[in-house]
Amino acid sequence: MQVILEMLSYPFMVRALAGGLLVSLCASLLGVSLVLKRYSMIGDGLSHVSFGALSIAVAAGWAPLPFSIPVVVLAAFFLLRITENGKMKSDAAIAMISASALAAGIVVTSLTTGMTTDVSSYMFGSILAMSRADVVLAAALSAVVLCLFVFCYNKIFAVTFDESFARATGVRVSFYNGLTAVLTAVTIVLGMRMMGAMLISSLIIFPVLTSMRLFKSFRGVVWSSGVVSAVCFLAGLTASYAWSVPAGASVVLVNLAVFLLCAAAQALRGATARI
Amino acid sequence: MKPLITCSHVDFGYENHDAVIDLNMEVCPGDYLCIVGENGSGKSTLIKGLLGLLKPTGGSLKIDEDLRRTGIGYLPQQTAAQRDFPASVREVVLSGCLSRRGSRPFYSREEKQLAAENMRRLGIEDLGRRCYRELSGGQQQRVLIARALCATRRMLILDEPVTGLDPSAIQDFYHLVRQLNREEHVTILMVTHDVGNVLQEAGKVLHLKQRVLFYGTAEDYRASEAGWLFLGGER
Repeated sequence: MQVILEMLSYPFMVRALAGGLLVSLCASLLGVSLVLKRYSMIGDGLSHVSFGALSIAVAAGWAPLPFSIPVVVLAAFFLLRITENGKMKSDAAIAMISASALAAGIVVTSLTTGMTTDVSSYMFGSILAMSRADVVLAAALSAVVLCLFVFCYNKIFAVTFDESFARATGVRVSFYNGLTAVLTAVTIVLGMRMMGAMLISSLIIFPVLTSMRLFKSFRGVVWSSGVVSAVCFLAGLTASYAWSVPAGASVVLVNLAVFLLCAAAQALRGATARI
Repeated sequence: MKPLITCSHVDFGYENHDAVIDLNMEVCPGDYLCIVGENGSGKSTLIKGLLGLLKPTGGSLKIDEDLRRTGIGYLPQQTAAQRDFPASVREVVLSGCLSRRGSRPFYSREEKQLAAENMRRLGIEDLGRRCYRELSGGQQQRVLIARALCATRRMLILDEPVTGLDPSAIQDFYHLVRQLNREEHVTILMVTHDVGNVLQEAGKVLHLKQRVLFYGTAEDYRASEAGWLFLGGER
């Protein structure tokens, strides 16, 4: 408890906590839809594109967010299009795009500023990255995501569970897919500098997988994802402060631990049910 | 009786090729029509067209005004992602009411009652809280039919419904569809590869291979050349 109070006496920690919580919440909710539709790799791809865009913006001296958000949103639409059309194997296409964006970012950076600590902090995150403006933007994003999940919950369920049926009953499936992609893109750009490009996609994937061990209904999984994500982030950030380890990595490890616990609990429950 | 769907010289297709050419058919209330054909013969395209997801590129497609308003109950092919989807049976059935919703965000009490009633009709009321992925293939199909019936009582379109079911579940499924068709007068349109079984069930058959190879009653189909070849030459 004392650790938490001490932690909150630093303004940058308060920003990290607020911004990070909001971003984790958005990531976990959007993650439910992405993971269940087998689009998890899109999150990973977008984080690499985001790294590339950010490196270029920094090298050219542009403001990072206004440049990288549109680029990543475009990439999101593009990835979604590939996945929907099925013309190219989408996992291969996403892997190709991630690697290219990462490579472009590294080349641009080493040609201009050189491989400095900046690059390392984009890769693995830095707790100092959350600015005031980021927190405000994260709050706005969460408001949009929460409204979407409250007011369009039934449509999101239908689109996630069965696109063909949803389309046949007159739901604008492409609109919802596009909206999810845009919101995911913004979430990733916002969270990336704190969590790190290599680690941000875990916020999308872990809470859902953990919740799927615990709950059997969609509603249960959605609620639980939000809660698991927030709790894991809090625990991870506190651990990162207490032991001076990078925040992104410790949040991921806490998520992993919770996932393993839940998986073990599920296996145990299955075993006792059989006896 | 006024037909529900009338196709006269209808073509369906995508940008550069026609998948269905010059289709003439009529679906009347209470019909049990079976659509057969090889893979890539235009069956799925036709279904998309009838559901209004694809505009005809030629000819005229008339869909009864009532049916257009209430919508068609649709049972799509199952996807791999659904097999481990965390959703309760009740949630899945209730999502069939979506077409009645318009822009209202939540389900009303009547819609919840409708879902409960359809679950009762299909004998799955005990499964309401169970997880969809834990059900057997036959039970999953019942859930999806209950969902489709929430959208409409008048017409069901079934897209290869028996794929992946075991033989006894298949018989069970046909029995259920027959019951819906005969007792509740639900019009049935079924795309299937299981021709042998379906000829005993269906009233009418449409055999597609881009163009219509055969359209008529099931008895005539067995006697026709197209049917003879497709059934493997066994009379």
